[in-house]
Amino acid sequence: MATTVIPFGPQHPVLPEPVHLTLKVEDEIVKEAIPALGYVHRGLEKLADIRDFHQMINVCERVCGICSMIHGTCYSETVEELMGIEVTDRAKLLRVIWSELHRSHSHLLWLGLFADAFGFESLFMQFWKIRERIMDINEATTGSRVIVSVNVIGGVRADLSPEQIRWILSEIEIVEKEVKGLQETIMNDYTVKTRTVGVGVMTKAQAWELGAAGPTLRGSGVAQDMRQQGYGGYSFLDFEPVVETAGDCWARSTVRFREVLQSIDLVRQAIAKLPEGELAVKVKGNPPEGEAYRRVEQPRGECVYYIRGNGTKHLDRLRIRTPTFANIPPLLAMLPECELADVPVIVLSIDPCISCTER
Amino acid sequence: MQGKVIDVTLDTLVGEVMNMKNEGQRLVTYSAYQDGDKLGILYHFDKDLETTHLRLVADMDKPIPSVSGVYFAALLVENEIRDQWNVKFDGLVLDFNRTLLLDPEVTQVPLVSNVKIEPKK
Repeated sequence: MATTVIPFGPQHPVLPEPVHLTLKVEDEIVKEAIPALGYVHRGLEKLADIRDFHQMINVCERVCGICSMIHGTCYSETVEELMGIEVTDRAKLLRVIWSELHRSHSHLLWLGLFADAFGFESLFMQFWKIRERIMDINEATTGSRVIVSVNVIGGVRADLSPEQIRWILSEIEIVEKEVKGLQETIMNDYTVKTRTVGVGVMTKAQAWELGAAGPTLRGSGVAQDMRQQGYGGYSFLDFEPVVETAGDCWARSTVRFREVLQSIDLVRQAIAKLPEGELAVKVKGNPPEGEAYRRVEQPRGECVYYIRGNGTKHLDRLRIRTPTFANIPPLLAMLPECELADVPVIVLSIDPCISCTER
Repeated sequence: MQGKVIDVTLDTLVGEVMNMKNEGQRLVTYSAYQDGDKLGILYHFDKDLETTHLRLVADMDKPIPSVSGVYFAALLVENEIRDQWNVKFDGLVLDFNRTLLLDPEVTQVPLVSNVKIEPKK
């Protein structure tokens, strides 16, 4: 059988992320996939040489717009650990509220894109319509829809008034109702199942060995979520990871769908337990010195920050490992032996963010 | 820093990584940093949310044994370190030859000050 080489991306109608895959194909069956990255590499880690450690929050938030709040939180918590700063419980739970709102709007965006990838455009529109309510909450409470920039070293800079809290609760109730209205479609619809069930299967053992993260890992039956560590405000909340066992595109989409509902529950819990208190503590003492390593759960999975401080306002080293970076080797294992038409669906099933991957 | 840190050398690195795999540890990633004129690499592992780090401090001008033969997922991070620190890895299963993230014509090593390299032909 003759081998045909097909370039997939970096610009592709169903893939809004600039990643290139060289696909070696025999009779419409993919035999090998080789990735090429580097189209949007920005060298953000190097900026730690130029920006001081306070300014680096804004840089970290711009690693990725969709999970900016969680990048900012992880960076802040890592620096706070180095400087021995104890954040107030109110600030911790406010961080959780905005983080979970980010997770839910990220998953709703992805669910829409995923539906679009297999040609279900009305489902795409439905998910994005629901997502707008979350974006409106972000805008009303922080002044910005995507990069909310509420984190500072020592806490947060924005608060929620009792009126805003009541409005958020009413909005997320509507979001929950509308999302549940699409449950039957995303989980049991003939079109969705035909394009996703048994497609891009990754076993539990493969997911573990290849270092998969987030819904890609949990969709293969591994019950691991960094929020189980109880970092920040998650120690106050009841939480169980969402797990599916089939390991295919359907399982990964189901994990994300269920995590939208879980995020809404966590927002409710955080609001119910939100205590009075200061938003941010004053940062005293010398700039960070020593090394710290932290992991948080982003919408796409586990994100790692490693920081080395030298006691000056500039960090010696800032290392960011984002979840998509971890999910590329699993992708390379999922693609061989799939049909060419399934490639966009499988690639999208890891929720790729190349902006994160290349930083 | 969260987690246990185990020091390794160039000779013991691959053996220790094999031990990690046999213990059922998941390779999370590496973090590289400059330590004087040497390169420090922390290999981060995870099992049941517990973190273990292997710390290697090596010369920048000598190749480091690749562990991509043990953990396939190591290939991306080793290629990234190759791009950013101009360090070679012996036995990389898929070697992008310093062009994973950087264009071939780049001559400045991003994370090492004042080090120039030849452009790729």
